[in-house]
Amino acid sequence: MNEYNKIFHRKKVITLFFLCALAMVLLTGRLTYLCVWEADYYAEKATQLHERERSIKAARGRILDRNGEILADNKTVCTVSVIHSQIEQPEYVVEVLSRELDLSKETVKKKVEKYSSMERIASNVSKDIGDKIRQYDMAGVKVDEDYKRYYPHGELASKVLGFTGADNQGIIGLEVKYEEYLQGKPGTILTVTDAKGIEVADRGERRIEPQKGQDLRISMDMNIQSYATQLANQALATKEAESVSVLVMNVKNGEMLAMVNVPEFDLNHPFELTLEEGEELTDTQRQDRLNRMWRNGCINDTYEPGSTFKIITAAVGLESQAVSLNSGFHCPGYVVVDDRKIRCHKVGGHGSQDFVHCMMNSCNPALVTVGLRVGVDAYYDFFERCMLKQKTGIDLPGEAGTIMHKKEDMGNVELATVSFGQSFQITPIQLLTTVASIVNNGQRVTPHFAISTGMDGELLHTFSYPVSGPVVDADTSEKMRGILEMVVSEGGGKNAAIEGFRIGGKTATSQTLPRGSGRYIASFIGFAPADDPQVIALAIIHTPKGMYYGGQIAAPIVRQLFENILPYLEKMGYNY
Amino acid sequence: MPKERVNRHKNREQSKYFFDYSMLLIVLFLLGFGLLMIYSASSYTSFAEHQDAAFYLKKQARNILIGIPVMALMAMIPYEKYAKFAFAGYIVSFLCIPLVKTPLGEESHGATRWVRIPGLGMNVQPAELAKMFMILFLAVVVCKMGKSIRTLKGFLVMLAIPLPIVLEVYFLTNNLSSAIIIMGISVFMVFVASPDYKKFILIALTIIALAVLLVVLVKAKPELLGFRGDRIKAWLDPESYSGDKSYQTLQGLYAIGSGGVWGKGLGQSMQKMSFLPEAQNDMIFSVICEELGLFGGICIILLFVMLLWRMMMTANNAPDLFGAMLVVGVMGHIAIQAILNIAVVTASIPNTGITLPFISYGGSSIVFLMAEIGAVMSVARKAQRKNIT
Repeated sequence: MNEYNKIFHRKKVITLFFLCALAMVLLTGRLTYLCVWEADYYAEKATQLHERERSIKAARGRILDRNGEILADNKTVCTVSVIHSQIEQPEYVVEVLSRELDLSKETVKKKVEKYSSMERIASNVSKDIGDKIRQYDMAGVKVDEDYKRYYPHGELASKVLGFTGADNQGIIGLEVKYEEYLQGKPGTILTVTDAKGIEVADRGERRIEPQKGQDLRISMDMNIQSYATQLANQALATKEAESVSVLVMNVKNGEMLAMVNVPEFDLNHPFELTLEEGEELTDTQRQDRLNRMWRNGCINDTYEPGSTFKIITAAVGLESQAVSLNSGFHCPGYVVVDDRKIRCHKVGGHGSQDFVHCMMNSCNPALVTVGLRVGVDAYYDFFERCMLKQKTGIDLPGEAGTIMHKKEDMGNVELATVSFGQSFQITPIQLLTTVASIVNNGQRVTPHFAISTGMDGELLHTFSYPVSGPVVDADTSEKMRGILEMVVSEGGGKNAAIEGFRIGGKTATSQTLPRGSGRYIASFIGFAPADDPQVIALAIIHTPKGMYYGGQIAAPIVRQLFENILPYLEKMGYNY
Repeated sequence: MPKERVNRHKNREQSKYFFDYSMLLIVLFLLGFGLLMIYSASSYTSFAEHQDAAFYLKKQARNILIGIPVMALMAMIPYEKYAKFAFAGYIVSFLCIPLVKTPLGEESHGATRWVRIPGLGMNVQPAELAKMFMILFLAVVVCKMGKSIRTLKGFLVMLAIPLPIVLEVYFLTNNLSSAIIIMGISVFMVFVASPDYKKFILIALTIIALAVLLVVLVKAKPELLGFRGDRIKAWLDPESYSGDKSYQTLQGLYAIGSGGVWGKGLGQSMQKMSFLPEAQNDMIFSVICEELGLFGGICIILLFVMLLWRMMMTANNAPDLFGAMLVVGVMGHIAIQAILNIAVVTASIPNTGITLPFISYGGSSIVFLMAEIGAVMSVARKAQRKNIT
C-alpha cells in the first residue's frame, strides 16, 4: 500500500467535498426560500390547520319606536354542542343531554357518536337549561351563549318590523331592510388543537369579540300603532272582512306613525300557520301560505283606489284651470264618453251642482267631465308629475309599482275611468303619499320608518329622505284642502268629522275585479288639521260583508283614530 | 498546507498520537442536539401513545450509550486491522438481509426492515450494517486492485461488488433509500479511487436524464409506477395531491414555512402535535426549522459541512490508500444521507424515508454511524500530524 498516489486522490476528495458543499448551499437556498418568501403562506396555512373555530353571535341591534319603546329585542339563549374527540363518558353525556333537552336518546346518541369536529345538539335552548347543563361540567360538551330575536309586542306591526331566521338574519320588513346596521359582526373563538382535534391546553384560546349591531329608531309610535291595530281588528271582526289596513303618516316629513295590516301574525312564531282542522299542506303550499301571511298589503299589493283618486283629478282640474271652485256641473246619473255610458253611483243623478259639491257628492260624471276637459296629455303629464308612476321609496322591501295605461293607449274612455280611480292600480302607500303632497302645498315627501341608528345612547347615523315637488301650486293645494274639508264637514265623509277639529278627507268604495262579484274595497283617506295638515291617515277594508260604503265603514275608523291621536299629537306637538 | 502553521507547531511538544477533537466535538454536539430535538418532537405524541413523554428520548439515549464504547473501540483499534474482517463483513451483510423474511424479521411502519437479535431484545436494521461493511469491503478491494482500477474492467468490478447487496436491500426489505445510499457510497469511493472524470460526468448526466424522464413519464402515465409514482406526483404538487406521502411532505412544509427566520422557539412546534408523521424520525429537520427557524436549519447544515471538511482533511492526510478510502466511504455515507434527508424535507426531491445522521431517532443507524466515526478517528490518529491541523 505504499504506492499511494496522493495527488489525484486528494484532488478527487476535495472535488467531492465541494460537490457536497454545493449541494448543501443549494439546499440552504431552498430552505431560505421556504422560510422567508413562503413563510407567510405556510404560516397561515398552518394556523388554519391548528385552529378550530367557534363563532360567537353578535347581539342584533334593537328596533325602537319614536319614544324609545322596544319593538324588537334579543333574548339570551344557549347552543349546546358536543366535540366528539373530547367526550369521555359518552353514555352519561347522552343520558344527561336527552333528559335536559327533552330529546330522544337516539337523536342525541347519533350526534355524540358522529365523528366530526363539532356537532350541534340543540340551539335556542333557554338560558336556565343551558346553565344547568353547564353545571354538569361534562368533558366535550360545550354550551355557548347565543341571542334569539324577541318581539315584546308579539303581533304588533308584524309586517313592518319583520323577523329573523335561525341564523339571526332579517327575513322580511325592516329587519331585512336595515340588516347592515342591525346585524353587527359575529366574533370567533379560536382554539388551538392537535391533529386529532384535542385542545392544546397551554395555548389558550384566541377570542375575537363580536360587535353588537346598532339600534334602529323608527318613526312608528307604539301607542298610535296599537290603537290603529285595535280599530282595524274591530272592523275586521264586525265587517267579517278579509283584511283591514290603516296607514298613518306625518304629512310634513313622511314619517310613518303607524302601518297596520290585520290580520297580523305573531313575530315570535313567524313560521306557525293556523290550519283548519284536518288540513295538510305540501312544502310549497306551506311556503305559499307563509308568504301570504307575511305580505304587507300597504306596499306589496296594488288596488284600484276608486273615489279617493278624485282628489288627484280635482287637483289637476284646478291646476290646469279646467275648472274652478264654482264651475257648474249637471249630473243626470250618467255620462256618455265616446260610445260608453258611465253611471254615477246615485241612480237619479245629482242634478245641478258646483264643483265643490261634485266632490262632496263624489259625483262620477262631474269628475269624468273634469278629466276630459283636462285632456289625455295634460292629465297624463300630471299623473307623472305627481310621481304616481314611480315608487314612493318607502324603506320597506318589495314595494309594488303602479299599473297604469300607456299614454299612447289612453283614449277618452280610459281617461274617464282613471278620473274616478278605476282601470289602474296603485299601492295604498302611493295614494297616501300623493294625497299628502297635494294637501301639503305640493311638497312630496318620502314615506319612511327609519329615523336613526345608535348604540348605547350614542347617535351613529341619521337617515335623510328626499322631498320633491312642488307637484301642485300652493294655491291649488289650498283650494283642495278647502274642498276636502267640506267633504268631511258636509259631504260624503261626514262620518269622519270630529267636533273641535278641522278634518279633510275623501271616501271611496270600489268594486274589485271582476266587476259584479259583490266584492268591494271600502276606504277613507283623511288628514288634520284641514287648514294646515300635519297627519294623514288611510283606512282600507277589503271585502267587507254587509254595508260596504267607505263613508259608512272606513270613515269611522279614521274618525275614531283621529279622536284619540289628534289630542295626543297636539300635546306632543305633531313633529315630536 | 500553509507553511507558517507547520513552523508554529514545531516548537511545541507534541503527543505521538493525533486525536481529532474537533470532529468528535461536532459529532457529540449533533448527537446531543438530536436528543434534545427528539424529545421536543416526540414528547407530545409519545405521551399520548406510551404515557411517557420521554419514551423516544430514553431509547435514543440508550442507543447512544451503546454507540459510545463501539466508537471508542473502533478508534483504538488500528484501522489496518479492519481489513481482515472486510470479506467476512460483506458475506455477513449478504446473509443478514434475507433474515427479515424469516420469523426473526420485525415489522414496523408497514415495512419489514428489522431483524430481532435473540436474547438481547434489540432490533437491528441489516441495511445499516450493510452500509458499514460495504465501505470496509470496497476500501480493501480498491487497495487490492491497485492500478487495474483505472481500466474499464476494474471500474465495472467496483460497481458490480455492491450490486448484490443493493438488490437485496431493494427487493427483500423494499427499501429504496438504503439501496440508493449504498450505491451512492460505492460511486463515491470509486470516484476517488479512479483518476478518471469522464465516466463520472457521464454517469451523473445519465442519472439526471433518467430523473427527467421519470418525471415526464409520471406526468404522462401516472399509473405506471405504482406507489413510487404517487410519491413523485405528490412531490410535484403536494397541495392538490392527497395521500400519505404528500400529506407528510405538506405537513413538513407547513412546519418549515411557519418557523420563519427565527422559529417559534424551542419546544413551540405545533406541527409535532400529531400533524407531522415521523416528527422525531425522517421529518425531524422540519421540526428543527419550525422551532429554531431558518437560523437553526442553517446551523445544522453548517455543522454537517464542517464534519465533511474534517473528514476531507483526514482522508487527504491518511498514511495510505486504505485509510483514505475508509474515510471517503464514511464521508460519502454521511454526506449522501444528510443531503437527501434535507432535500426530502424541503420537498426538493420526492419523498423517501431517509434519516438525518446523528439527529433522527433510530437505533441501528446511530450505532453504526458512531462505529464509522470511530473508524475515521482511527485513521486520523495515524494521519500526518503536520498537515491535518
